[in-house]
Amino acid sequence: MPELMQFILSGVTVGAVYALVALGFTIIYNASDVVNFAQGEFVMLGGMFTVFSFEAGIPLPLAAAIAILATAAIGVALNKLAIEPARGAPVVSLIIITIGASILIRGLTQIAFDKQLHRFPAFSGDTPIQIMGATVLPQSVWVIAGALAVFVGLWLFFTRTLTGRAVLATANNRIAAQLVGINTRYVMTLSFALSAAIGALAGVLVTPITLTGYDIGIALALKGFAAAMLGGMGNPKGALVGGLLLGVIEALTAGYLSSQYKDAAAFVIILAVLFAMPQGLFGRQATDRV
Amino acid sequence: MRLHTTTALTTLALGFNLAAPAMADIRIGATLSETGPAAFLGDPEAKTLKLLVDEINAAGGVNGEKIELIVYDDGGDPNKARTFATRLVEDDEVVAVIGGTTTGTSMAVLQVFEDAEIPFISLAGAIEIIDPVRPFTFKTPHTDRMACAKIFEDMKARGLTKIGMISGSDGFGASMHKQCLQIVGDYGIEVIADETYGPSDADMTPQLTNIKGREGVQAVLNAGFGQGPAIVTRNYQQLAVGLPLYQSHGVASDGFIELAGAPAAEGIRLPGTALLVAKLLPENDPQRPVVTAYKASYEAATGKPVSTFGGYAHDALRILVDAINRAGKAEPQAIRDAIEATSGLVGTTGVVTMSEEDHLGLDLSAFRMLEIKDGGWKLVE
Repeated sequence: MPELMQFILSGVTVGAVYALVALGFTIIYNASDVVNFAQGEFVMLGGMFTVFSFEAGIPLPLAAAIAILATAAIGVALNKLAIEPARGAPVVSLIIITIGASILIRGLTQIAFDKQLHRFPAFSGDTPIQIMGATVLPQSVWVIAGALAVFVGLWLFFTRTLTGRAVLATANNRIAAQLVGINTRYVMTLSFALSAAIGALAGVLVTPITLTGYDIGIALALKGFAAAMLGGMGNPKGALVGGLLLGVIEALTAGYLSSQYKDAAAFVIILAVLFAMPQGLFGRQATDRV
Repeated sequence: MRLHTTTALTTLALGFNLAAPAMADIRIGATLSETGPAAFLGDPEAKTLKLLVDEINAAGGVNGEKIELIVYDDGGDPNKARTFATRLVEDDEVVAVIGGTTTGTSMAVLQVFEDAEIPFISLAGAIEIIDPVRPFTFKTPHTDRMACAKIFEDMKARGLTKIGMISGSDGFGASMHKQCLQIVGDYGIEVIADETYGPSDADMTPQLTNIKGREGVQAVLNAGFGQGPAIVTRNYQQLAVGLPLYQSHGVASDGFIELAGAPAAEGIRLPGTALLVAKLLPENDPQRPVVTAYKASYEAATGKPVSTFGGYAHDALRILVDAINRAGKAEPQAIRDAIEATSGLVGTTGVVTMSEEDHLGLDLSAFRMLEIKDGGWKLVE
């Protein structure tokens, strides 16, 4: 019994990381139908900026804030310099641009910082918390709480605010959105800023657990993307559930079956879900009103 | 970019030579992974080679001739490494080559040098590079089989006979896992739990929970490098496993203690090189002057702490220079014969004595058993 509890707790911790990355995917996808494969790099940048500001003597909360703002600025720059000039290009081309951007960011990070792994101290110590015979680190609680808070924030943003609805309207039909007075360029800029900020926040929260280095973004983007597909691309609820589910499946496979099959099992289940429900668990049905 | 720099530097070097009195250069080539996934290995290696070549040239060169170093960055890609290898042989006409940061790149290039009959000193770990022995291929780092042997010796001395293993599923972890399983029986030790983790995994508590739950486990051995071992160490403390934990030589650096956190790393044992514990070595230790000198000049030149990997490059160049000195001429065949006759050469990794059957030339004394104590290193004797 304590084993099961341990597997689930570690699955939820890792799953919350995936969920945060998936939530970042959600926003840009909602605004532009583009899957931003530089999302993992935002997570990496969040961690790296915090590490280097912290090591330069800036207090941790301030370092985290700097990291989030700086990453958001890079997100905006990515949109202004790479995505906006290519407006009108097919979605696939835009996705390829984001892959290129992720490689560029990784390269620049190597030069600007270094190639080593880094870590900064956990927010509230390293003393494990006991839950029903299993243990969890306080930082895991921060990560899970962070994922939930971002989820609630996004859900309110998309359903309760005019700007959030404008994002959805832009995604649905850019020209129609422009005709009703939505500044779609602003919406795109905002989406990239927000998505980069969420990625950076994820980086800040997880670095004490997972460490950070210039190349951690690829694996995170892949798992986050899988989580988003599982839950349904573009839906915050889907991103959260997909992420947690993916984490728990991995942990249970590693615990009960074999750690060799951990990644394989997760992807087999995702494929099975996508065969049965191509939109993912919570995906929107693509309908066109004529 | 890299290529342009190299060309520019070569041109520059040639220019200087024209100005100086005519003197033949000893051209030594290198293909290293300065960028890419193995950059943290290749980067200190390249810096070390450049630093040492400058030092040697400033001191008058080898047999009165200057060394000209030609370094290519293969980015860890075996295909690129092979292209550079051909170029080193055909265009640059080098007399010897150092390199192959990873096992993959080393295995990809060694046949090129065997065919061209040019001595090649690899900086990668796998035993396959020198076993079976090939006439022109040598290497400096000890093998993972030796690391396993060193660890099992220590376990045996402590009376630990039933152990759990957790290994990274990357090349390093998988290879060491295989080597350890091959020789574990010789020490009367049994592996009763065997788990793996992916190189970029963020959490290993499920695997460690299983090892902890296995009846009779007395110690745990983690074969891996990179972020994995640091996370394993932190999870190990989180779960309060409470058994002795051994790590591999893949994490033998100060960075590991920092990443894992001193409280979690306390009491961990691992095999490391003399370079890591330069200050702790006894005064009469033959390696002491070599490692302290290298450490001092590397750290002064780069501002970064030395790493074991840079030490591999240091030893490779020393072996080469020593061989050219003894051969009295810089010709590939003569250098090869001299390298094979290397005897008692003190490097950072160990004391090298090569032979026709042994192109590595190190024994288990090259590894020091270390324990992490109070956030630093301690020699286990």
